[in-house]
Amino acid sequence: MSNKTCVVIGASHAGVNFAFSLRREGWRGEIILFDSDPEIPYHRPPLSKAYLSVENNSELDLLFPKQNYQTENITLRLGETVSKIDKDSKEITLSNGEIQFYDKLVIATGARPFIPPIKGIETAVNLFPMRTFADTVNIQNAIKKSNEKRVVIIGGGYIGLETAASLKKLGAKVIVLERENRVLERVTAPQMSDFFSKLHGENGVDLLTNKNVVSIKKSEGVNEVICDDNTSYIADLIVVGVGIKVNLELAQKTGLVIENGIKVDETTKTSDENIYAIGDCTYHFNSHYNRYIRLESVQNAVDQAKVAASTICGNDVKYNAIPWFWSDQYNVKLQMVGLSQGYNDVIQRVEEDNEKCQSVWYFKDDELLAVDAVNNGKAYVLGGRFIKGRTEIDKIKLRDTSIVIKPTSFLKD
Amino acid sequence: MAKITFVTQGNETITVEGTAGNVMELAVQNKIKGIDGNCGGVCSCATCHVHVEPEHWDKVGAPNTMESDMLEFDEKVSDHSRLSCQMKVTENLDGIVLKVAN
Repeated sequence: MSNKTCVVIGASHAGVNFAFSLRREGWRGEIILFDSDPEIPYHRPPLSKAYLSVENNSELDLLFPKQNYQTENITLRLGETVSKIDKDSKEITLSNGEIQFYDKLVIATGARPFIPPIKGIETAVNLFPMRTFADTVNIQNAIKKSNEKRVVIIGGGYIGLETAASLKKLGAKVIVLERENRVLERVTAPQMSDFFSKLHGENGVDLLTNKNVVSIKKSEGVNEVICDDNTSYIADLIVVGVGIKVNLELAQKTGLVIENGIKVDETTKTSDENIYAIGDCTYHFNSHYNRYIRLESVQNAVDQAKVAASTICGNDVKYNAIPWFWSDQYNVKLQMVGLSQGYNDVIQRVEEDNEKCQSVWYFKDDELLAVDAVNNGKAYVLGGRFIKGRTEIDKIKLRDTSIVIKPTSFLKD
Repeated sequence: MAKITFVTQGNETITVEGTAGNVMELAVQNKIKGIDGNCGGVCSCATCHVHVEPEHWDKVGAPNTMESDMLEFDEKVSDHSRLSCQMKVTENLDGIVLKVAN
């Protein structure tokens, strides 16, 4: 393996963790990472959370210190865009025409924010998505320059809500416009939506639901955001958080099999034997839930990275993970484990000594699918163990908040 | 400055020096196997779990509530478990030995 070249397209959580894992697994040849983002690869989740809420941040949270790329002999080609993959000649072409040969190629292109086709969105002032370091700089600069600091966030998902909490901390007046009849509609049960609606209300953020934005008008440097119920909201700054589009174009043009993402097997291999794909851009098999899924998460990025590295170095490993996620808003920590899709029963526990310590347990019949835990690390960790072990839960005991959370508390007799 | 020794699951012993930040970051910088710090150090993922050598427990101290909630039901918990992202690198830690849990 000493003279072989591994090329990685995309240098964020998946690509970077892959590169370091590949070295650790014993790959002695070249490892070259390309990414159009010019920054040394950084942790993305903190951007909308802690990072955005602090003025004059100087240091990004790096995935690995800069010198580690040198000591591990990993070449970072930042600010460079790959425009083509030729899988027959095993070459990639950069947008400047440069050609790079590979023996193994890893696609870790992730996703980009989806900008919905709202009338007037192209001409709106200070309108930004929230995914990259550059986005946080743009948002913070716009806040600084604005006297009124009126922020409208389009979309009440995690990005929208975290951004709302962070900008509130910076002194902005924040309104969130959600199209559905509750926030976090796509990802949580109504009980969680209620909890977060209340939390944001207590902190002075207006979460408005059933608000379908249809146009944005600009006049004198200010936006007017107009909804289909004829209400409108003035915004000095607009943040768009309505979901993502997977960066599939390179893989598509190359002729790899695509199905809601780049389709990979349990070793992260694509339909081409020399090309692997990892992270948000993949449509992969989850053996616990026995179905193909696409995930936007650090957990999946890092776990697939390790599987890809190990596989490329000749080991026999398979991806097998229970997904987990987290979100920080104000002083609340939300931790989620498992996938709730397909649930038909929900149990909410509000711990007796603390109403800010909650958990929502998602079941399909008797099978525990997922747990959302609010300020409740115990429920999160135990939930994860129960899901993984397919433990049978006594729902009557789980509902009973006089029973404290312990590994044996909710087991069936 | 503090010298901190990590012992991995593969029984590799690595001693490193740190001056600032937290112990998880120091471990990641020094490629300590089994410490990932996937959440970036916000006590959300437990991928930086260590067992402190009992005789060094007093130097380190007990975990905070959020951290102990994450550790209590972890399958690898011991009486001297900590999440290394919640441990600040200070001179107090000089000479401690940490066994990587994963």
